[in-house]
Amino acid sequence: MNNADILRVNGAGKCYTTYDSNWARFAEWFGVRVSHRNEFWAVRDVSFSLRPGEALALIGPNGAGKSTLLKLITGTIRPSAGSIQVAGRVGAILELGLGFNPAFTGRENIYLAGGLMGFSTGEIAALMPGIEELCELGDFLDQPLRTYSSGMQARLAFSLATASRPDLLIVDEVLSVGDSYFQHKSFDRIRKFKEQGTALVFVSHGMGDVRALCDRVILLDRGTVLREGAPDVVVDYYNAMVAERENAKLTIEQRRSAQGWMTTKAGTREVELLSLTLNDAATGEEVVAARVRQRLALMSVVAVRKPIKRLVMGHLLRDKTGHVVWGTNTWHTNQVLENLEAGQVVRFRFEFDCNLGPGSYGCTYNLVSTSSTTVDNYDSVDNHLVFDVLNVDVPLFAGTTWLDCRISVSMD
Amino acid sequence: MNQFRALWAYRNFVLASIKGDLRGRFARSRLGALWFLLHPLAQAALFAIILSEVLAAKLPGVESKSGYAIFLLSGVAAWALFAEIVTRCLTVFIDYAGAMKKIAFPRICLPIIVGGSALLNHVLLIGATLAVFLFMGHVPGWALLVLPIGMALIGIFAFGLGVLLGVFNVFARDVAQATGVVMQLWFWMTPIVYTANVLPAHVAWWVSFNPMTPLVQIYQNALLYDRPPDWESLVTPAIVGGALFMLAFFVFRRASANLVDEL
Repeated sequence: MNNADILRVNGAGKCYTTYDSNWARFAEWFGVRVSHRNEFWAVRDVSFSLRPGEALALIGPNGAGKSTLLKLITGTIRPSAGSIQVAGRVGAILELGLGFNPAFTGRENIYLAGGLMGFSTGEIAALMPGIEELCELGDFLDQPLRTYSSGMQARLAFSLATASRPDLLIVDEVLSVGDSYFQHKSFDRIRKFKEQGTALVFVSHGMGDVRALCDRVILLDRGTVLREGAPDVVVDYYNAMVAERENAKLTIEQRRSAQGWMTTKAGTREVELLSLTLNDAATGEEVVAARVRQRLALMSVVAVRKPIKRLVMGHLLRDKTGHVVWGTNTWHTNQVLENLEAGQVVRFRFEFDCNLGPGSYGCTYNLVSTSSTTVDNYDSVDNHLVFDVLNVDVPLFAGTTWLDCRISVSMD
Repeated sequence: MNQFRALWAYRNFVLASIKGDLRGRFARSRLGALWFLLHPLAQAALFAIILSEVLAAKLPGVESKSGYAIFLLSGVAAWALFAEIVTRCLTVFIDYAGAMKKIAFPRICLPIIVGGSALLNHVLLIGATLAVFLFMGHVPGWALLVLPIGMALIGIFAFGLGVLLGVFNVFARDVAQATGVVMQLWFWMTPIVYTANVLPAHVAWWVSFNPMTPLVQIYQNALLYDRPPDWESLVTPAIVGGALFMLAFFVFRRASANLVDEL
């Protein structure tokens, strides 16, 4: 830490205390010691510092303490432990349009809400041309606020909030408002502030924004810092954490039921499926949420109940709309088993790269004797197994297929 | 002292909010500020007809027929100031919860806005009430000039009580409910609709403890009888009001760290 730091957060924590009764709380204001209380630490022992022009993103699951930390830095709530020092003016956009009065015109609201931000009338008057230019409301600026669309209100609020360059800008997930043109413009403005030396702390769930805008990322979980570092590293870690949690959650529920998926059972039961699982090909661990590009293995155990001439196993993957994404069977791969006897147990392993787009997929199995279910259908169930695919570590893409696309751009 | 400096720095916000509050009352109503006149007029007519005609209530020492209406309007105006400040301070922190959670500004601004808005509103109401008096043929005299003292005393008392209850109300919302009931009782425990001297002795003894009695009487004396207040009677309410005001300030400062946590 050095003197050039704009923000220093030193072991900051926020503890919410609940009292057995309100009397205990009131008594404490008057200096009476109260013992009966429960403490909940929303943020605990967080330390970091920011230099001018640095941008820090806070990420983490809901309830991790991101917003609490932002409020602590903004100063709307006071830390229960540690200290937070800010050198310079703080601009906070925790919610757009606070302090607006719908009966006032846009211009009057700028004076009202600007006053709430601590600006004097003279200062606001000086900032007015810049605000007018940024919000692009034109004649609407002199119309009552109640006639504005929500996008227009957001534009006005954002223009006011960023009317003058603060030394530290705190942004909670509010930039997703307005049309894409305005979103772009507001991002530009924040980027420009950053170039001019504004330190930035923001919360976002859009990992693209995080990678694009910030130099450092802090991953919070249950109020404490889980990871801190370069955006790529921490964001990847976070995505992996999300995927893992998803898996854990779904294994507890025993795999997701086929609810919402069309399941059709058919078969003459000469052969029966005992189990079908989706596993990580390398570790063999069961997977319910797979990552794009993860090496997966569909593993099944099949029992032969009556002697049969031939056995073919086939799998189909369908997307949520029912379209077949992929499918094959052991007939096509020339791995047909012949002359099986009752009591035999067969294991199949279909190993593949999960080159699927993010979304939910249903896996069908067919135990048949040829390449079709129309000749002998021993045991077939549609969408027997449902799993999710999450995009954790590749750039955002659309669709149900991951094409390993390499893009080159050149300019003459 | 810091609180006052912060308040001064945010004077624009406070003034603009008071203005917004006032405008909000009449926004988009066709008669606008005319309602200021119509409200007390309707109230006076109602009470005057019901109580002075039907119940044949007579005010000792007042000859004019409209005397009761004037007495009533004066008392109601004083009470309205008290009630408005108390009830609005009671919920002010809850009403502004969103802003308090997301914007760092001196919290002391909030009760000041409410108090200022109520005072401004009251001055306008007094103006309207005087117009109603003129309409009824009653010309108030010089004693009118003591009204600001009444406003100040009622303001301090109500502000102290309101902020105190308002802080408690953030933590226990029952406070607002209970206050609603108590205010109703308190209104009838104060000589507004009746005069103090019509009360039986044992009731009068209790009512004499009511700090609002002498405060309301300032208005009644000034507007109806054109005489200055009984200064001696104002000592108790001034002390009680001042003490409450200080206590409220102390509790507010102690609680303000917790306040946002609970909203």
